[in-house]
Formats: sequence, structure tokens, C-alpha cells
Amino acid sequence: MSALKLMRCSSCPRLRASIGIGSVRHAASKPRHDYDLVVLGGGSAGLACAKEAADCGARVLCFDFVKPSPAGTRWGIGGTCVNVGCIPKKLMHQASLLGEAVHEAVAYGWNVNDQDLRPDWRKLVRSVQNHIKSVNWVTRVDLRDKKVEYVNSLGAFLDPHTIEYATRSGLERRQVTAEHVVVAVGGRPRYPDIPGAVELGITSDDIFSYEREPGRTLVVGAGYVGLECACFLKGLGYEPTVMVRSIVLRGFDRQMSELLAAMMAERGVPFLGTTIPRSVERQADGRLLVRYHNTATGADGSDVFDTVLWAIGRRGLVEDLHLPAAGVRTHGDKIVVDAAEATSVPHIFAVGDIVYGRPELTPVAILAGRLLARRLCVGMSEETAIELRGADNIEVLHGYYKPTEFFIPQKSVRHCYLKAVAEISGDQKILGLHYIGPVAGEVIQGFAAALKSGLTVKTLLSTVGIHPTTAEEFTRLSITKRSGRDPTPASCCS
Amino acid sequence: MNLCNSRLSVTFVRQCSTIFTSGILQNKCRLSSCSSSSSTQRNMSSGQRGSRDSSGSSGSAGSAGTAGAGGAIPFQHPHCDRAAMYEQPVRKMRTKGGTYDYDLVVIGGGSAGLACAKEAVLNGARVACLDFVKPTPTLGTKWGVGGTCVNVGCIPKKLMHQASLLGEAVHEAAAYGWNVDDKIKPDWSKLVQSVQNHIKSVNWVTRVDLRDKKVEYINGLGSFVDAHTMLAKLKSSERTITAQNFVIAVGGRPRYPDIPGAVEHGITSDDLFSLDREPGKTLVVGAGYIGLECAGFLKGLGYEPTVMVRSIVLRGFDQQMAELVASSMEERGIPFLRKSVPLSVEKQDDGKLLVKYKNTETGEEAEELFDTVLWAIGRKGLVEDLNLSNAGVSVQKDKIPVDSQETTNVPNIYAVGDIIYGKPELTPVAVLAGRLLARRLYGGATQRMDYNDVATTVFTPLEYACVGLSEEDAVKQYGEDEVEVFHGYYKPTEFFIPQKSVRYCYLKAVAERHGDQRVYGLHYLGPVAGEVIQGFAAALKSGLTVNTLMNTVGIHPTTAEEFTRLSITKRSGLDPTPASCCS
Repeated sequence: MSALKLMRCSSCPRLRASIGIGSVRHAASKPRHDYDLVVLGGGSAGLACAKEAADCGARVLCFDFVKPSPAGTRWGIGGTCVNVGCIPKKLMHQASLLGEAVHEAVAYGWNVNDQDLRPDWRKLVRSVQNHIKSVNWVTRVDLRDKKVEYVNSLGAFLDPHTIEYATRSGLERRQVTAEHVVVAVGGRPRYPDIPGAVELGITSDDIFSYEREPGRTLVVGAGYVGLECACFLKGLGYEPTVMVRSIVLRGFDRQMSELLAAMMAERGVPFLGTTIPRSVERQADGRLLVRYHNTATGADGSDVFDTVLWAIGRRGLVEDLHLPAAGVRTHGDKIVVDAAEATSVPHIFAVGDIVYGRPELTPVAILAGRLLARRLCVGMSEETAIELRGADNIEVLHGYYKPTEFFIPQKSVRHCYLKAVAEISGDQKILGLHYIGPVAGEVIQGFAAALKSGLTVKTLLSTVGIHPTTAEEFTRLSITKRSGRDPTPASCCS
Repeated sequence: MNLCNSRLSVTFVRQCSTIFTSGILQNKCRLSSCSSSSSTQRNMSSGQRGSRDSSGSSGSAGSAGTAGAGGAIPFQHPHCDRAAMYEQPVRKMRTKGGTYDYDLVVIGGGSAGLACAKEAVLNGARVACLDFVKPTPTLGTKWGVGGTCVNVGCIPKKLMHQASLLGEAVHEAAAYGWNVDDKIKPDWSKLVQSVQNHIKSVNWVTRVDLRDKKVEYINGLGSFVDAHTMLAKLKSSERTITAQNFVIAVGGRPRYPDIPGAVEHGITSDDLFSLDREPGKTLVVGAGYIGLECAGFLKGLGYEPTVMVRSIVLRGFDQQMAELVASSMEERGIPFLRKSVPLSVEKQDDGKLLVKYKNTETGEEAEELFDTVLWAIGRKGLVEDLNLSNAGVSVQKDKIPVDSQETTNVPNIYAVGDIIYGKPELTPVAVLAGRLLARRLYGGATQRMDYNDVATTVFTPLEYACVGLSEEDAVKQYGEDEVEVFHGYYKPTEFFIPQKSVRYCYLKAVAERHGDQRVYGLHYLGPVAGEVIQGFAAALKSGLTVNTLMNTVGIHPTTAEEFTRLSITKRSGLDPTPASCCS
């Protein structure tokens, strides 16, 4: 997670310094506060920070509390990633890939019966939840080992150094004081402000523990959460439809985003473009009637779904923190921090998803590679590069390719595409790499390290490929967009 | 006109290749018919060499294209029927050193040779490429253009590996809740057919590509007459070819041990991918990457491989990783016969093979029955048919030594690919070296091939990939006190639900101990290893340091991100087993 790295790299030195880690503390003098550090939020960012601080000798307390979702879903320690984010998503994605693999196995000669192949949703959910619970457990044990105190409650500021919380019984309110506070409460999915949204819709907070099969699902929102959910639902044999208000994958490279949408459409995921939902009603048969409006044509429409999943964005969980009591400045539902993660109050820091609009050029933002079903990128999008450097100073190398293992099961290679965005002059420093294809995350990770090491086109093209992989296609890029030549591959091994 | 024509042909090629994957037999017929007609043309014309300017070629190519499109044979590739290309008499080139048929003759139509030939043409040279496959001694297996990688190497190996992984995936699918019956068996003949169909389609695309790129392809075995002359043995005739430059790219073939029954009863990787019967219980002799990969996919496909190891596993690779690879295979039920050498192979009446072998440490002898014996004891360079002494090219064992420009001791003769002495035998190395050589020869380029920090992957069931130095080599080069090794075990997220063993999921970074802590080598044992390591290879080439590695943001949850989470040094003695997952 980015926040974890954040703690390790940019913020930690100063945070450590200001907490007194690494310097000799006067053992005799009684500390002024109950704790050296209180961390609000037991997600990836908060836990990493708490453990790192405890490792360095600080007395650390970590608050973690999960408010149930409107549909009633709740979970344990570990935050979004472990419970309702990356981990269950990756497992569901893997499940959907394995369904595909069964069909491929037939093409490769296995005598497996792939007729009427269906997943057992309950079994899948149970397996995923069991894994999550084991991670929750390991996390608890880890905190104990690392001597981080843990309180399962919602902490809120009483003043800049005091945190108040309710005890487990809820009857009593207690207070602790801290020298430093790190706010790492993260975010939760938003709901649209339309009739029926909260009562009848669910979000990514609910889908991974959903008790019944999602069936025909309307996914509202085409950010990465929405597209990923639609992808694995399709792979599991349900029928997702994606409703897009304006554009697919805002903030990502446009060409890659459109390719990805085209790939999904080819796989049978319909997109409702320039459309917003108007209302959700439960019908007599229990299904959900969704009314929507096309903002371009002005036409109204409606359709019936089994499940409506909101994936329209996430909001920061600032509201319960009583931030004004500490004087911490917010922007909307996020917290404003400086380059060293300090908020407007010098001893209060914020990390993770709660941080407001991180400057575009920090390593974290640049390398914010997100696993997205089958697409990944590292570095700048083509648009960003052109905007920052000018079209005349940018060279884009691109190519389609054919993964060797796609041939036998005759999988579509139509959208297997990659590109490198680079400076046009000198050694042609690479600004961004983009890849659509299998195991995208595994492919891109190493290149992220390469980009950080100053990768140039010259170096990339003199890197020897590993044959036969798809990652090697990056070393074979030779056609520039400027040349107008056909980026379709010809030969395979020479 | 020319541009237009070539674009048209590209479209044609694509149509061909798509349709041809499903109808290979048909294509094969057509390919052979058109190639035989063109070779007749060539033979006819080879007698009447004269001079003719190049404008004639484009004109006749155009007319051939029209004829092809309107011709009686459906789906005629425009270049297939390009009589004109071969009608054009071989034009003697006038060069500084004399007059030759070609600027360049490439001997060997594998990855290196083809890349070099195509690039040379792109840079304006007149090029011929000789390719010839001698049938294997045991089963008489032979194949088409493209060399080892396409026909009996990386491609079929990766496909068989993929097939074995998919078998595993079916079991995993059941664990994830799919209603699939996972009592499954592979259909060997269907698999072989699918693999061979793919290979044939690649052969076809390769042929077409050569034609498009105007490389003259000669299906013949070449041997040197002198440093500028080659005699090519064709199917039923001979042809003398002169060239200013030669590139030797003949590659290698598997070795057989010198024991009774080896050649008669044993097979090699040259035969395995087109074997017309199930391999059954298989003895794989040799624990290099080829042996381990074959044993790995055979096990995954449900056969019973045994690996016989003379001395060490994966010689030349990091030995800690090599032993982990071997252990991970043993865990999957592949027995290893250590310190053992085969003595003889006898065929029994029931067709089974009796293998006698000896433990070189204890001196004990033993025997066991197998259905198949696969030799994977190494590869030899194919120098013997080249008559290199006629050209004055010196050899070292069965390989050819070259300088940093891939030049042999004879200045107009070069060598690339597996035939070079002391360089990694890998397709992408061969391709890049061949291409760079052509650019230096005909494009005025100066860039040399850098054989350092070449990444590679061993496609065992749990894959192993590495780039840069092994731990041993780093210690040897820099001294133990100057090398820091970061390492860790890890647990791939997707392994949990099907309860796959994570015991051997391990990675390490070998780095400089002081100063910038430059990374010397990275090693990874786990799923999709090749895909994971490739980017890091580019990073190593860009001067990756430990600091940069650890400050690289991980992509969560992937296994590749584990490299960014490495924090435990071997020197510290701390437990490299992972604790938490996401924080």
C-alpha cells in the first residue's frame, strides 16, 4: 500500500525525528503524555506507522473502529485493504480467472467438463471471509508482539493532545493524551443522493461478504473499483452492467482506459454511457427497478437488476474525529498535509486515504500503480506527459502483442497492448509505462523500480527480454506513434 | 506503390495466420506447393546469373501481387506466388573486397539468424538465410523454420508448462467454489496436436515474414568452401553461394550420453513436444533447466518423472535458489536420484526401458523400469557440418569464440546465438545480438551486445527467475564482507484458498554492502516469475540500488511487490519468514 511506503520513505524520517525516535530519550524524566503516539485507524497506513514507531521504542496506542455499512456489514482490524479492498478483490479476481482457466484447460487437452460451469457464491464468500479472518487474527497477534496497544473504539479529539473514546460497553468515556497523533482513518464508499440509494444499494464494503448471489448487477461508477467489480462479477458468470456518468477511469491514461472499456465490452459487459441514476425501487418480486437519465440525449430509461452496487467514489472519514477541537484543517472530507504529512497542527499527522489531493509529483502519486483487473500503469499518462512537456517533446512507443499461452485456447488478443511514454530527446527518459494484459501487476512492479532508477528508452531496448513472457514485450517496443506505422506484431521469436 | 503493396501483404498475413491456426494442414500444403514452385524457379534462374537493376524487382512484384489476388488458388499470399522475386537472377554485388552473390549469408534460421537477416535487409543489404534441420537419431523428428526456440524450445515448453498449470488451476477452481469435477486427466495427443499446430502457424508466419522482408530463404545445409564461399546441400542438388560476410547462427542440439542404448532408446527435448504416445513413467537425465522444466510439466500433466542428477542442480545458477527449486519439485512428488549416472538402457519385450545406473559416491549400482528416457544432459554446438577449417574459423570444443563485436577469428565471418562460446544460450540474447550485429554491419551503428545482467526464467512448477549475479558470484567478485543479501519468504495471496504450499516462495536481493548499495542480482521463486523479473532487469540496467528498491511503491497485492518489502539481511540472522500481510 502506498501509505505503508509513505511511512517508510518520505514521512518517516521527520515523523521519527519529531517523535524522538532514534534520539536518546531521558529515561528518568516522566513523560508528559500517556503515549508517545496515538494512531487513529487500524488500516494499512495506521498499522505500518504504529508498528514502525513501536519498533523504534515509542509507546503507541492504535484505535480502530468500523461503523457498519448501511447494509449492516462490518469487519475486523486491518482496514479497507484487508477486509473490503485489495485482498478480497484479488481473491474474487483470481476466482474469476480460474473459471476461465477451466475452459482453457479443455483447449489444452484436459478431460474436464466445462459445461454448465458455475461458481458456488456462498462457498467463495466463505473462503474469502475465512482468509480475511485469518489475516485479522495475524494482525492482532502482530500488534501484540510489537507491543502496540490496541483499542477497538472510535477515537475523537477533545483537544490537540487528548483523544476521547467510548469503552467497549459503551457506557463509559475515557481519555488518553498523546505527544503525537497520526490520523489514518481512511475512507468509505459514497452513496448517491437519490431515493432508494442507501436502503437498496450496496457498495464494495458489502459485496465481498454478500450472502446471496449478486445476479444481474448494476455497477454505478467507472472508476477502478467499479470496473474491477464488474470484471470479476462477469468472470463469475453474473451479468454486470456499468453505468458511467462521464468518462471511464478518470485520471488514468485515456487511450488505455478506453481500450480497457472496449475489452470489457467485448467480453459482454454493457456500458451505459453519460448516464446517471435517478432512483431505486424494490419491486414486488424483490428485484430492483433502477430509473436513470442519459445526460447527453436527455432520454430517461429504466431496467431491473438483482443488485445495485455504488462505486461512485469514496469519502474521507473526518466527521467523527472532532477535528475542529484539535484545530486540524480539512478540505472537504480530507485532511490537508504538508510534504512531511504534518497537518495544520505540527504534532498531528495524517497518512493514507484520508490525505487531501497529494501533489502530483511525489513518488507515491507517480507510482500509484493500481491493480485493475488486467490493466496497469506506472508513471505519467500520455495526456499528463503532453500537458507537462508539450506534444513535441514526447515520444510514445507502442505495440500490440500476442501472449503465447493465448493461442491454444484462442483467447482474444485484440486488447493486449502496451506503451511507453518518454522524452523525445537525449537518452529518452521514460515518463510512464502502460500495459494491458495478463498478470499486469506482476509485470509492472519491476518497471516501477526501473522508472525510479531513471529508466531510459535506450536502456529499455537494450534490456534483454525473458522469453516467452508478456513482460518482454516492453523490451521489444520499436514503433512510435509519431511514425504512424502499424503497431500490430508480425513475428514471434526473432 | 511499394508501401501500399507491403501494407496489403501485412493484412493478408494476418488473415492467414488467424485462419491458419485452425486449419494448419491446408496451409501446410499450400506453403509447400508455393515454396516448391519458387525453388524450381530459383534453381532455373541460378544458372543464368547476370546483372539487372533493382527497379525490375518492384515492377514484377506488383504484377505478381495482382496475379495472386485474381489467381485461381484461393487465399494465395501475394508473395507466395512471387515468381518474379526468384526470377530475378542473383545479382553479383560489387564490394570493396570483390564481387559476391550476397552481402550477407546467414547460416541458420533460428532466432539469432532470422533477426540478423531481417535487420540486415532493413539496412539495405542483400541477404540469404540457410536453414536445415537434421532429423533426430531416435525418432527422426524434424521441424520447420524458426530454430530451437519456436520448434523444440521455449514455445512448446511454455505451452506444456501452461497446460500443466491449467491442470492445477482446475483443482484450484474447485477450491474457489466452481462446480467442476477435478478428477481430471490430460489428453496427451490432443495437447501435442495443439502445440504442434501453434508451432506450424509460427513457422508459416516466419516464412511469410521472411518473404515480406525480402530475405532469400534457402532450405539447405551449408558448409564452407573458403571464407567467402559456401556450398549449400539442397534437397536434391547443391548450390555454391558467395558472400562478402557470413553470420554463423546454427545453434545447438541436445547431447546423448555415450552409453549402450542411449541413441536407440532415449529421446531428447527435440522429440518430446511431438511425441506420438504418452510419455508415461519418465526418467529425465540431467538437472539443468531443460531437465527440470520437462520433469516439472510431465508431473503436472500426471506422468511420473524421476530426475537423475550427476552432480548439482541448475549449474551456473544461484545454488541456494537451485536447491530450493529442487526441493519444491520433490515436495510435489518428483524423486531426484542424486549423484547418479546412467550406465545403459535396454528395451524389454514389453517395450519398457530398463535403465541401469550407478551412484558415483557410494559406487552402488541399481536399475529401474521406465516408459521413456529423456536425455537433458546439455547441448552441443552444430559446428561439425560447417567445414569451418576451410574458412579458417577456429572453434573451442563445439562452439565458436567471438570478440565483443561477434567477429570470429576470420574478419568477415561472425557468429551469434547458441553457437557462440561462453555466452548465455537464450533466445532474446540471440535476437538482440543478431539485430545489433546487422545494424553495425549495414546500418553504421556502433552499439555492441551487452551480455551482462541478462534475466532468465526456469519454468519449473514453481517458477524461478533471476537477473544479475548469483550470491556465489557476487561473493567471488566482491568479497563476502562487501556483499549484503536481503531475503524473505512470502505468501502469495491467491495461494491461501486452495491451500497451496508456500514453503518455497522465497526471494532475495544480492547487493553491494556499503556505499550506494547497488543491486547486483535479484532472485525470485514463485508464480509468474518471468513476468515479475523482467521489469527488475530493466531496473538493474538502470542502476537499481537497495534504497531505490525499498522506496519503490509496491503494487498490492502482487508477489512482485515482495521485492519492495525486503528488509531482512542474511547477515542479521533474523527469521526471513513473513508475519503480516498488508501493513
